[in-house]
Amino acid sequence: MPILSYGESIRSALASEMRLDERVYVFGEDMAGYGGVFGVTQKLLEEFGNTRVRNTPLSEAAIMGEAIGAALAGLRPVPEIQFSDFMTTAFSQIIDAAASYHYRFNTSLPLTLRAPHGGGMRIGNFHSKCPEAYYFHTPGLKIVCPSTPYEAKGLLIAAIRDPDPVIYFEEKKLYWEIKGEVPEEAYELPLGKADLKREGKDITLVTYGSMVHLALKAAQVLEKEKIELEVLDLRSLTPLDEAALFQSFKKTNRVIVLHEAVQRGGIGGELVSLIVEKCFDDLAAPPLRIASKFCPVPVAPTLEDAYLPSLQDILEGARGLMRY
Amino acid sequence: MRHQPSLLLGIYQALKRTRVLEDQIYYLYHHQNPEKPLIIGKGYLSTGQEAISVASAFALQPQDWAAPSHRDMGLHLARGITFKEIFAQYFCRTTGLTRGRDSNVHFGSAERKIVGFISHMGAALPIANGLAWAAKYKKEDYAVVTMFGDGASSQGCVHEAMNYAAVFKLPVVFVCNFNRWAISTPVKDQMAIENLATRAAGYGFEGITIDGNEVLQVYETVKAALDKARSGGGPTLVECKTFRMGGHGTHDPSPYIPQQEKDYWKMRDPVLLLRKFLEEKQLWDEEKEQVLIAGIDQELHEAIRWAAEQPVPEARSVLEGVFT
Repeated sequence: MPILSYGESIRSALASEMRLDERVYVFGEDMAGYGGVFGVTQKLLEEFGNTRVRNTPLSEAAIMGEAIGAALAGLRPVPEIQFSDFMTTAFSQIIDAAASYHYRFNTSLPLTLRAPHGGGMRIGNFHSKCPEAYYFHTPGLKIVCPSTPYEAKGLLIAAIRDPDPVIYFEEKKLYWEIKGEVPEEAYELPLGKADLKREGKDITLVTYGSMVHLALKAAQVLEKEKIELEVLDLRSLTPLDEAALFQSFKKTNRVIVLHEAVQRGGIGGELVSLIVEKCFDDLAAPPLRIASKFCPVPVAPTLEDAYLPSLQDILEGARGLMRY
Repeated sequence: MRHQPSLLLGIYQALKRTRVLEDQIYYLYHHQNPEKPLIIGKGYLSTGQEAISVASAFALQPQDWAAPSHRDMGLHLARGITFKEIFAQYFCRTTGLTRGRDSNVHFGSAERKIVGFISHMGAALPIANGLAWAAKYKKEDYAVVTMFGDGASSQGCVHEAMNYAAVFKLPVVFVCNFNRWAISTPVKDQMAIENLATRAAGYGFEGITIDGNEVLQVYETVKAALDKARSGGGPTLVECKTFRMGGHGTHDPSPYIPQQEKDYWKMRDPVLLLRKFLEEKQLWDEEKEQVLIAGIDQELHEAIRWAAEQPVPEARSVLEGVFT
């Protein structure tokens, strides 16, 4: 099986879907010749031409609007918003126009919005945020957050084939940092199905995206202290695999929710609520949220590191839960 | 005479159907039992500016799409949406166009190639672009017309959409109903220019200012713009000077509009203008008028009776079609 980086895996998913389905096309700022600011869409222009791989003006609302109209006309648009931070300038098209369309008109809207996501790159508040909670709060949007090259391809293909609007958050820090085995052929990983990345009996750590790797690192350290961390990778936030969450929690009776987005109003609050509401009697310790500090994303390495969830946060959190 | 009598009479009947229907909505709103209302919400009527949507609808080919604004009842009717569907929509019944999931003007129909309306003014333009792009992508011979008001023209996404359409030479026609009032805000507080069409030059396409109450002028201009769009000539902005004869909605008596302005535009009522023209050509008379009105009235009352008997959505269906 070929070894691909996370970014190459996304490119492989796009190319294989474009080969299989003529309705699939990609567009966005700097995507075509340049291959996007992260190089993810390089080489696609040569293979598919400038109708199916197209640069757009710097107009996020117009990009998102195009996707909605093209989906209504029977295409399978895959727009890219250059940084997930910039989705705010297309917010109304995403929230008001796209998300409610199916509910209001019973009409399928098969579009997949790709957006580089997350921090750790020292590029500051406008290029590093994790805005998934805004969209998680909105009925009618599916939200995908792949953690590995294998997930990146299978989930992107599933997203493109899905009849509903999907936001596909790509971890920009992982693009060229991690590699893994990725099947050459097209395959789907179902949306709404979490993946148990590591089994353990003491604490369920539920997370997604780039934080999966931090969680696995923590699990290795804690293993030496005889604390077994079970790492559950949600893979998609909507649909949410509540069953997998409850199943794991009922085994461990302790939970840490870890995400890179800031804590307040984040996904973590929702996951903790679900556990408290549905599994109160199984709680052996108060649920713990680990997330970024509640401030805009700073640039200075010392500050950004202080802002982001750290390995130490998880280790201390896990030890605390075991002592409770 | 430049046009076939059948076309002129067809347009007149469509204008009249729109006027009588909307008068009926106004009447119902003000005379229904407030304890048990038939119309849920309010009515946002096109009275005084019907010529724009009716003429645009007549200018469309069956394969064309429309992304109308909220004052385009005439377009919906001309595209085949029935009185029954309209009242079932206004009464929020299961047989309405949104199955009770959205109200009054917030409908559309993919089968009849009408994009569902989004209240955030101007939101239809980027979506119209997407439909227009899909025509180029699929090499299909259709164009798209989209409507918006002078108020909406102040929104960012309108500018984005026009520039975007120009860059990609999209087969789209932007039709502005320049009706002088955005709820209570007069156009002088909306823009510092006299004619919106002058903006088109800044995007790099043709802008035309016409009399929006002269239905044949609108028809000819929009038709020419659509023909140009279909033959690869790119977008056109058609600015139709008109007036909203009622308030923003059925609840708004519009005390903020000077009486003198209302009186002036009453003389320029597009329905009366066309009727006068047809009478001069001896294509129309009072007797024909009475027959037409009687037919519309009968159809209206049947539709209202029918819609009032339609089932209301069951509460337990509220989550149908929503993934979590």
